[in-house]
Amino acid sequence: MASRIEILNDGGYRSDGRRQYELRDITIDLSQQGQADGSAIITHGLTQVLVSVFGPREAKQRRETIHDRANINVEVAVAAFSTGERRKRSRGDKRILEIAAIIKSTFEPVIQTSIYPRSQIDIFVQVLQQDGGLLQACINGTTLALANAGIPLLDFVCAVTGGVHSTSPMLDLTTLEENDIPHATVAMMPRTGKVTLVTMETRLHVDRFEEIFRLAIDAGKVIHREMKIAVKGRTEALVTAMGSASKVASGGDNDELMQDY
Amino acid sequence: MVEISIRKRPRAEAVVTQRKFFKKTARGKVIKVLRERYLRDDVTCGIGSCSVCASTTAEDLPALGQVHELFPNGHFLLPDTNVFLNQMDLMESALFNPPIILLQTVLEEVRHRSLPLYNRLKAITKMEEKKVWIFYNEYRSETAIVREDGESPNDRNDRGIRKATAWYNSHISLVHRGKQKLPTVVLMTEDVANRQKAEKDGITSISVRKYIEAMKEASQLSDLLSVAGSNELEPTKAVSGRTALYSDYLSPSTLLAGVKAGALHQGHFNANQYNYLEGNVPVPAFTKPILLVGRENMNRAVQGDVVVVEVFDEKEWKAPADEVVDQDATLKDDDAEASEDEGSDDDITAREAKALRSENAAKRILERQPTGRIVGVIKRNWRAYVCHIDSTSLTSSNTTSLSQQTVFATPVSRLLPRIRMRTRQAPTLVGQKILVTIDKWDITSRYPEGHFVRALGKAESKEAEQESLLLEFEVPYRPFGKAILDCLPVEGDKWVVPPKSETSPEWRDRQDLRDLIICSIDPPNCQDIDDALHARPLPNGNIEAGVHIADVSHFVHSDNPMDSEAASRGTTVYLVDKRIDMLPSLLGTNLCSLRPYVERLAFSAIWELTPHAEIVNVRFTKSVIASKAAFTYEEAQIRKDDPNRKDELTEGIRLLNSLAQKLKAGRMAAGALNLASPEVKIHLQSAESSDPIDVEQKEMMETNSLVEEFMLLANISVAAKIQESFPQTAVLRRHLPPPPTNFEKLQDILRKRKGMTLDVSSSGALADSLDKCIDPNLPAFNTLVRIMATRCMLSAEYFSSGSVARDTFGHYGLASPIYTHFTSPIRRYADVLAHRQLSAAIGYTTLHATLHSKSHVERVLEVVNRRHRMAQMAGRASVEFYVGLALKARGQKGQVREEAFVIRTFRNGLGVFVSKLGIEGLVMFKRDTQFDAENYTITVPSSSPNGPEDVTISVFDKVVVDIEVEKDKNTQRGRVKMTLVSPVDSRAL
Repeated sequence: MASRIEILNDGGYRSDGRRQYELRDITIDLSQQGQADGSAIITHGLTQVLVSVFGPREAKQRRETIHDRANINVEVAVAAFSTGERRKRSRGDKRILEIAAIIKSTFEPVIQTSIYPRSQIDIFVQVLQQDGGLLQACINGTTLALANAGIPLLDFVCAVTGGVHSTSPMLDLTTLEENDIPHATVAMMPRTGKVTLVTMETRLHVDRFEEIFRLAIDAGKVIHREMKIAVKGRTEALVTAMGSASKVASGGDNDELMQDY
Repeated sequence: MVEISIRKRPRAEAVVTQRKFFKKTARGKVIKVLRERYLRDDVTCGIGSCSVCASTTAEDLPALGQVHELFPNGHFLLPDTNVFLNQMDLMESALFNPPIILLQTVLEEVRHRSLPLYNRLKAITKMEEKKVWIFYNEYRSETAIVREDGESPNDRNDRGIRKATAWYNSHISLVHRGKQKLPTVVLMTEDVANRQKAEKDGITSISVRKYIEAMKEASQLSDLLSVAGSNELEPTKAVSGRTALYSDYLSPSTLLAGVKAGALHQGHFNANQYNYLEGNVPVPAFTKPILLVGRENMNRAVQGDVVVVEVFDEKEWKAPADEVVDQDATLKDDDAEASEDEGSDDDITAREAKALRSENAAKRILERQPTGRIVGVIKRNWRAYVCHIDSTSLTSSNTTSLSQQTVFATPVSRLLPRIRMRTRQAPTLVGQKILVTIDKWDITSRYPEGHFVRALGKAESKEAEQESLLLEFEVPYRPFGKAILDCLPVEGDKWVVPPKSETSPEWRDRQDLRDLIICSIDPPNCQDIDDALHARPLPNGNIEAGVHIADVSHFVHSDNPMDSEAASRGTTVYLVDKRIDMLPSLLGTNLCSLRPYVERLAFSAIWELTPHAEIVNVRFTKSVIASKAAFTYEEAQIRKDDPNRKDELTEGIRLLNSLAQKLKAGRMAAGALNLASPEVKIHLQSAESSDPIDVEQKEMMETNSLVEEFMLLANISVAAKIQESFPQTAVLRRHLPPPPTNFEKLQDILRKRKGMTLDVSSSGALADSLDKCIDPNLPAFNTLVRIMATRCMLSAEYFSSGSVARDTFGHYGLASPIYTHFTSPIRRYADVLAHRQLSAAIGYTTLHATLHSKSHVERVLEVVNRRHRMAQMAGRASVEFYVGLALKARGQKGQVREEAFVIRTFRNGLGVFVSKLGIEGLVMFKRDTQFDAENYTITVPSSSPNGPEDVTISVFDKVVVDIEVEKDKNTQRGRVKMTLVSPVDSRAL
């Protein structure tokens, strides 16, 4: 029986008014959050994730240190209020552990860990709101938070979900769409075009897979543009802030300061 | 590469772009749902040559709208939801084609309210002669609205529709800047309050009736108007004065809660064809269906509705009536006009009460069934019904009279109540077959109210009968559209198999079987030959046998218009004098048809069999064949039996025949049933006149069985192969074992009348016990029992292998663990799917994405199952009609007197079966007889004290009946009337 909501109607619109290849609204906030060395809040439509990065710093437990590179520690927490139905998830929840493991393995080859031997980088992901594309938001958020923390990365990692409704592919799915159609999440590195992650929990025909795979890679580049603008904006803001700070300081007696140096 | 972009949504406008609501889940939890929506400026208005939207598609509306009497500057029509919900027939009419703007709000509301109506609406938007543009107003930034506090969803939608109308009007003034005469967008609504609000906002609005009346075709179109919609316009006189005949339905939430708690029961309503005051509802909670006695308890349900029933206390349970109650006879004098008042009500109520005498209830405790009443309707199953106008209900029969009259329309199907309708054309419609839809059924009205849709033609004319038959069984019979015909090969009937070469796509991976001695065996005059056979001895002593099936999937590709049309038709429908094809006839009767002497593409299943017909191996391959001959069953039989013929072809047939006999023996040993159904053949005078001359029973020859066995073998082998390759979506066919309770009555009759037993524990046991049901005096008795046993069984159905449990795959009738349909792709859609799956299973093609989706396959098969059932019924009804014609022809020469078997006994009649004609009929007695329900006998008392003695007639007795076709005086409906001649003349009774 057909569900009451059409995934893609005859006019080519999806249930939220987007067309097939349109991504949801993205907002990125890179301002300082608490004590974190770098943090980012990213929203894809109604999915919102806060990622905080600490480190590189000394590992709390000695046994977790690796002698020739940094250890990456990812912890994910899902807020009970993030879904329509209030539901507490314990830290041991398999689903959460899996997302954490995916993020860890996605970023291990991207972060230049060998620069920081015997240290640890902590990535804390807090899911604030969910409406599909959770994994893509977590990965994009982590990239931004790492960049914000000044940790050297080989490249950005940009993730997008792609699905296929009957024979028409579509991008960036909402929960409604994810529940209905087969989908895959692809994370790619825009500079090299390499793919660091492909994950799929639903069944999808082989013939369809290539199509959405290529599409997701193209969409990754679009997201990359958006992320770059945000990072640039943040850096510019910091630079101007630094500039004006020195100007304020140097406002009064310029000479004394000069002598200090 | 496609263009990928990010849609921006200003967060400040969250009120408009986000929607928050609460939803209750099935478990009763309340969930908060937050949805966003993206508003855009690129939703096009659809008005041709619009400079602002710059869209140029083929479906554009005319730039200046259409001129209408009330709108001389041109107009576009913008109907609201209720117009579509109530007046779909009007919208579908070919005479009604103003440019229509269909709002997304309206479309979604229709979808939400009724899926069937939604599908009809979708069909309208795709019709070529209709000008409909769908405007996605909820996604356009100017027209999107948000539900306000305290506003009901209905009010919100109405406001949205008004806003869109206003937007369109201002948009048009932008498009035609500077022009004096601007076309108007007119809001069409039946809601007076909505119209008033529209006037206040300066929007032109109009009611349906007013709009129609100003049109040229007003008189024809106004008949199409449904009564449901016109209510608010002209309140009927003294509605309040009328007493309620029925009780109100409970609210939907009470019904759902009741069904869930088990207090109420949900099921499909079945009317009783012998007694219009009785119906039943089979529900899972009881082994016997729930009986509904009387109008009040049937509470306005119509055949096929999904209803909710309340069951009475066990002491009020009744047995089904054993009497025939005819609607036309009982309600003869009910006046259509008057029945709106109270006048004749008492009289009818009294007569109906008499018909329902419940004296029998106490006697037949054994047969008592759960009894109850309908308390609600979950889903109506109303469609257009083929009816006749009851001429007695006319007030004026002056053919020139155009006054509006209320008349009765009597449906052709005995399962339906008669329908009251108003029309201006009543006198001209008498004696015609017409199509009528039910609109509503109020508690104060004895009959449902409906409206006239269209006339089909004179009753008893072949065209009208044929069309009414197709409509009654919902057979799609429109000619194939252009989009569909465009999918055919461009060469048309010049298409041939290209010469063999490495590069030709037709020959890729195809085996060249042109040298094999292949022939086809079919009924006479068969044009769509979809199977051919061959057999030859192999050097190792085994036999190679092959079944070659037309390679339809080579021509019909997945997901094109031809494929979707075939999927929705589901099957070819065979009527006596007409065939409604599933595929365009170029394919069906030419390119795919395995005609002799030409090369054709085929899909072959080739077995190596031992001389004892055991399968050594089987392979499937796409092939090219050239059939050497096309035989009829009779020709093949004669050829096989002619000892002088020693050619290869004949030897092949003999070889096939010997194998088939062994295969059949094997099947029978495994417990397959040998079922019987009354099949007759109609002799037509000539192809042109199609006047039936005579009726005879179909003859079964050895060669029929030969073809059948090999088709079964092919189907079983293919089923196993595709199920192995695609365990989730394989298209299979199954026949569930019937529940033993279905046989109870037949077993009881057999035991009491003949002292025979029927073992129904398994199909094998049933087959054995059926073989033993022989009455040496009555050779036809065994066939009769088989026919009756067949009626107790369930019907076979298609299913997708992933959707039911593995242990329910079996085919009961064939006693095969797995089965599918593969051998007739020209005339059955399921076979086309099986072809595609088999072709993917042998690696010839990849499987189309839609065939990987379980839900898609399920959806398609659901349609195919329904079509299949309908097609069977349509075919049977067509035969019945021609039997009637033949009887009439014979009747003119003299009495038609035939032997018949009694199959049912009633208090006032007998149900008889005339095997020679394959028809069932009723013999009615005017006087009461002594009826013994326990023993299924009636005793006709001697008419005079010194006359002949009492005569006892019981089920299975052989009687002689006179058959005549009699025309109902009021409705012009021809019907078969039977009168008993022997052992007693029923005319006196």
